[in-house]
Amino acid sequence: MEQPTLFTIAVFTENHIGLLNQLSIILTRRAINIESITASRCLIPEVHKITLTCYSDPVTIEKVVKQIEKKIDVLKAFFYTDDQIVYQEVALYKVPTSRLLDEQNLEEIIRRHSARILEITRDYTVVEKTGHIDETEALFEELKRYDLRQFVRSGRVAITKSPIEYVDRFLAEQEQRRQNLDRQ
Amino acid sequence: MDNKITGAEALIRGLIAEGVDTVFGYPGGAIMPVYDKLYDFSDTLNHILTRHEQGAIHAAEGFARVSKRTGVVIVTSGPAATNVMTGLSDATMDSTPLVVITGQVSASLLGSDAFQETDVVGITQPISKWAYQIRHAKDIAWAVSRAFFIANSGRPGPVVLDFAKNAQEEMIEFEPYHRCKFIRSYIPYPTVYESDLRRVADIINDSSRPMIISGHGVMIAGAEDQLATLAEKADIPVASTMLGLSTMPSDHPLFKGMVGMHGNIGPNYNTNRADLIVAIGMRFDDRVTGNTKLYAPQAKIVHIDIDESEFNKNIRAHATIHGDAREVLTRIIPLVREAKHTKWLKSFELPEAVEREKVTKDAVFRDDPQGLPCMGEVAYKVSMAAGHDSVLVTDVGQNQLLSVKHFKYTSPRSVITSGGLGTMGYGLPAAIGAKMAAPHRQVCFFTGDGGMQMTIQELGTIMQYQTAVKIIILNNNFLGNVRQWQVMFYNNRLSQTPMVNPDYPAIAKAYGIEAETVERREQLDAAIERMLKHNGAYILNVMVDENDMVFPMTPGGQAVDYILLNQNEVFDPSSKK
Repeated sequence: MEQPTLFTIAVFTENHIGLLNQLSIILTRRAINIESITASRCLIPEVHKITLTCYSDPVTIEKVVKQIEKKIDVLKAFFYTDDQIVYQEVALYKVPTSRLLDEQNLEEIIRRHSARILEITRDYTVVEKTGHIDETEALFEELKRYDLRQFVRSGRVAITKSPIEYVDRFLAEQEQRRQNLDRQ
Repeated sequence: MDNKITGAEALIRGLIAEGVDTVFGYPGGAIMPVYDKLYDFSDTLNHILTRHEQGAIHAAEGFARVSKRTGVVIVTSGPAATNVMTGLSDATMDSTPLVVITGQVSASLLGSDAFQETDVVGITQPISKWAYQIRHAKDIAWAVSRAFFIANSGRPGPVVLDFAKNAQEEMIEFEPYHRCKFIRSYIPYPTVYESDLRRVADIINDSSRPMIISGHGVMIAGAEDQLATLAEKADIPVASTMLGLSTMPSDHPLFKGMVGMHGNIGPNYNTNRADLIVAIGMRFDDRVTGNTKLYAPQAKIVHIDIDESEFNKNIRAHATIHGDAREVLTRIIPLVREAKHTKWLKSFELPEAVEREKVTKDAVFRDDPQGLPCMGEVAYKVSMAAGHDSVLVTDVGQNQLLSVKHFKYTSPRSVITSGGLGTMGYGLPAAIGAKMAAPHRQVCFFTGDGGMQMTIQELGTIMQYQTAVKIIILNNNFLGNVRQWQVMFYNNRLSQTPMVNPDYPAIAKAYGIEAETVERREQLDAAIERMLKHNGAYILNVMVDENDMVFPMTPGGQAVDYILLNQNEVFDPSSKK
């Protein structure tokens, strides 16, 4: 068995209730764990984009994505390796303010990681870091020293590098189909 | 004037607008507004009251499979909804178009564990083509029209409409119903590209040992004539999957039988000799391929299917055509050159002769008049006596494997069997549905003593509607197929397969159904004749030998050309028969 690869799956769907369940059960059947997941609107009106990551192999992931695309409410589904996309995640860190005030290197750490401070209270400080997993993980390792109270990382958001916008093309083709049907 | 109707009426008007005249179902609390309205429409909509919801959905499957129409099921919520799950999964596996309407508690109660509430959409999403919950009456026309469009287009399948009770009762404006023809996110009939057709035509033209495997997709597309034309023009032998049986008449000279674990020797053996497999509307199930690593090693694989997710799922294809089988075949026929494959076709003769001599003779043509009939023999004799155009319905197990094999097919849509899911208990209700969809065809239903009892309550449906189904119980007082595996692979340890049976003719009598038991070969012909001549339903309880087994057989994990002729002998083409 080859080393599993981290794939990013992008699914463009109608915004219906229960869509996420339809996708996740396809992965569950093959015992594929979802590493991260995000859902949001996208550029196309009324189309939802779900981005998830999982470890698999190219043969399996192709089958999975075709089975996802087969779902009636799914417009298109794609899978990518990291080199095909621009992607980002965001992480939040909650640190006791007192520890940070005591710490000489705080400014240096924040600067070095290009992190931001979102909120400071007497009790706690919330630091935000956007980046790839190794970057948010590196800051996590450093902040662990300061009695880190909470940590959370978002799912991946990703945009393709390809010059072709396949979903737009798909919708244009479908619109053509609809017009042909109307004429019949 | 008030032009308002209830949601329940909107549903029923939708069904009628979709051309539905028969529905299978069972009433209950959360669907009562619909049943109340059905009362007003009983002249237009024929409701068949089965004895169990599982019976309703399998009957709708049988109805759909024989007629190509969408089977409709109406049941209530909770336990009724969970009772149709087996049928949903079965219909998904076997691409059977259904619209299944389940009652649901009122929207305000959803999620509260209300009486007879169950998460129908959540449960059915993995085993249906589409599942949707109607929470407001205004959504009914939209949901119903989409349901029918989705169920019976592209690769057909079951659709679930979970119908909240408040939506059944709400009043809405009566509006003309529009059938759905288009869904933005769904392409039922993909564009077939000329370049794909040319590429595949070239592969066919270059081949010297081609074989077609015809699946259920050919039947769904109505491409039987095109299949025969292609095969005849290019002189290609045709085999079929179990669900593809009857896409070509059994006696067509190019038809070489069934592939798979219990298929015929010729097409299985030659799968691994062919230089081209053209797979049409089939999905390379593991029961068809045996060990995929050893499958068709010399062949290019061309896969034609309407479901893109089937490509390269089980078997890697060299070329694919994504599209409707009828369109693909119609357009590829002119691109394929006339050819003769005389030597290749002749290579099927030796395995056929071996099968006749070493398998069929023993399974069908025995002559001891006092002996117990064999299962294959009964199927063959019923088929011969029932003649042209009869429909074979089977349950699952040895009764299925032997009857599909020894039955003879003359017209399409003549096999109704649970292939993918292998649902015991499917047969009796499916036979009822098949007979209702095709009242002028003789429907012969083969079952075992195990499967018969799984849905035996549907004898009540037969009694109520006088459905003239011919029921042949191949009774060996054993769960025969499991027994066969126990004998062959589990050291003869017959764990929980012996079964004590009721007196079937006595049960039949209680339901007012004619019946008789056959215990000796010499009684069989006359009994079959009485059964077929009788006007109504009939149960023929045939006692068969428990040692009767299904052969040929490719055991699981083996290559398709490793074929057992009986428990001790492997097919070897080099040895003298």
